[in-house]
Amino acid sequence: MLTTKRNQYLAQGFLLVFSLLWVFPIVGMVLSAFRPYAETSNNPRGFFSWPETITLDNFRNALEQGEMVQHWIVTFAVVIPAMTLTLFLSSMVAFSVSRYSWRFNIALLMLFTAGNLLPPQSIIQPLFQIYNRIPIPEIPFISESGQLRGSLIGLILIHVAFQSGFCTFVLSNYMKTLPKELNEAAMVDGAGVWRQYWQIVMPLTRPALAALATLEFAWIYNDYFWAVVLVQQGDDLPITSSLRNLSGEFFTDDNLIAAGSLIVVLPTVLIYLVLRRQFISGLAVGAQK
Amino acid sequence: MAGSSLLSKSDRRVMYGMVGVPTLLHVGLVWIPAIATILLSFTNWNGFRFDTMKFVGLQNYIQLFTVFEKDLYEALLNNLWVLVFLFLVATPMGILIAYLLDKNLRGTAFYQSLFYFPVVLSLAVVGFIWKSVIYSPRQGVLNVILGRTAEGDQISWLGDSSFLIPLGDYGLSKNFLALIAPMVWRHVGYIMVLYLAGLKSVDPSMKEAAAIDGASEWQLFRQVIFPSLKPVNVVIMVITVIEALRIFDIIDVLNNPVGTDVLSILVTESILGESSNVGRGSAYGVILLLSCLLFVVWYLRNEFRGLEEE
Repeated sequence: MLTTKRNQYLAQGFLLVFSLLWVFPIVGMVLSAFRPYAETSNNPRGFFSWPETITLDNFRNALEQGEMVQHWIVTFAVVIPAMTLTLFLSSMVAFSVSRYSWRFNIALLMLFTAGNLLPPQSIIQPLFQIYNRIPIPEIPFISESGQLRGSLIGLILIHVAFQSGFCTFVLSNYMKTLPKELNEAAMVDGAGVWRQYWQIVMPLTRPALAALATLEFAWIYNDYFWAVVLVQQGDDLPITSSLRNLSGEFFTDDNLIAAGSLIVVLPTVLIYLVLRRQFISGLAVGAQK
Repeated sequence: MAGSSLLSKSDRRVMYGMVGVPTLLHVGLVWIPAIATILLSFTNWNGFRFDTMKFVGLQNYIQLFTVFEKDLYEALLNNLWVLVFLFLVATPMGILIAYLLDKNLRGTAFYQSLFYFPVVLSLAVVGFIWKSVIYSPRQGVLNVILGRTAEGDQISWLGDSSFLIPLGDYGLSKNFLALIAPMVWRHVGYIMVLYLAGLKSVDPSMKEAAAIDGASEWQLFRQVIFPSLKPVNVVIMVITVIEALRIFDIIDVLNNPVGTDVLSILVTESILGESSNVGRGSAYGVILLLSCLLFVVWYLRNEFRGLEEE
């Protein structure tokens, strides 16, 4: 409802200038990733100079030096189970606190919500000691260390425990909006709680689950902290945290860093481009009652 | 909502399992460590064998405020700078953009996608992108624009730890500001999305009534829209504080060890570094915990108010 034409132009101008600031780093990353460092670094105009050579060498080197394919496999072995399990567990809690009245409903919901708000670093010292002391069977690739620390299982568990706070909160808000007659009718028909959850409430919760799935995929994929502290070792690091090792190897070659970053962000960017609406509504739902 | 007393015995058992398993996991890996942090902060322990653990009372805290005073204050101040910039720069920018986009100008969908884009990226990767594209001494955008790319003439944006704003022995160092810029860049989109969702829920007739009364754009925002969005404002406030306290990835990834430490780095230092001092690390953790506690409580009150009566 910008009343005057002048205000409309002002608004458009403002948005245009700001969007340039947002485009800059992203375009710069793409422009430099395809060019040899020797060419751009010796030109006073950097990667804005007219390209003489366009090459995929940076991508090839980043993939090889960073062992990115290996790190990608680890990443998906963590992200997919963690995301699925988070949604499964938190939807069960959300179902029972939002569809039935228990004595501790609100206290439980508050516990989950508050847990998700704690800075992860404030619990890491004891968590690290706990992870050091819980033995699990040695399975190649999944838990070669023989303990929670350094295993993919340990990483998955902390993601599930931490993220289920946010998801429980969002899902219970969503499930509350479903008509309560659904459960009553189902109960009259003799459906047990599990069937009410799985066959009646869950299908109706699909939009919220889809929004959360995209959001959780990105968040767990983007995790750096848990992996750096609880896995630490080279080969088993998910891709985002493996960047820590690259900062030394990639020393000064900025175009190699750009190519490496581009490879790392590719999956989340693709999903964002396809599922933009889910991404945005997931966050928005979390902020609203 | 159906009362739980209506449930049959077997249904109750199913229900206990559905709530119990997730709760155990969450409490076991989040809340028990949170409490353990407090307990461990009163001990001296290297983390190896339990029998080497010694109760030392407040010793760790006394050390933090004497021997490690400089580390602690520097980190606290840096966290505060992050908060100041997220709050005074990123948040108003996000709100302004949301406000403009709410008017359905041409290109709204494009702008929304663009400003939200950095939120999809990890702050660790964002750090790398800014390091190579914006701050690179030899070919980064800043030095190219300033014409300072020649050898010996380059500005090292991430390496200069001298103070831009000195405050006695402490201050805002130039390289820390260089780290704050990408944080702001990423936070704007976050705020924009949250606020946009809030704006969509404002009753349009309220805006129309104010417009008919001849209220200016600013009056409309200040007196009608902003107050009616109080719940969203609280959420934004809390999220911004928590973000500022959690900040870790970008600082760790662009590890310039001078002058850019924050609380989260101090907590983890003793795990990732050579020496292991669980007690002191936990004491830093408790300070982090206490800093966010007030805001967590505020958030819970905002979200759960009135729910008890339902």
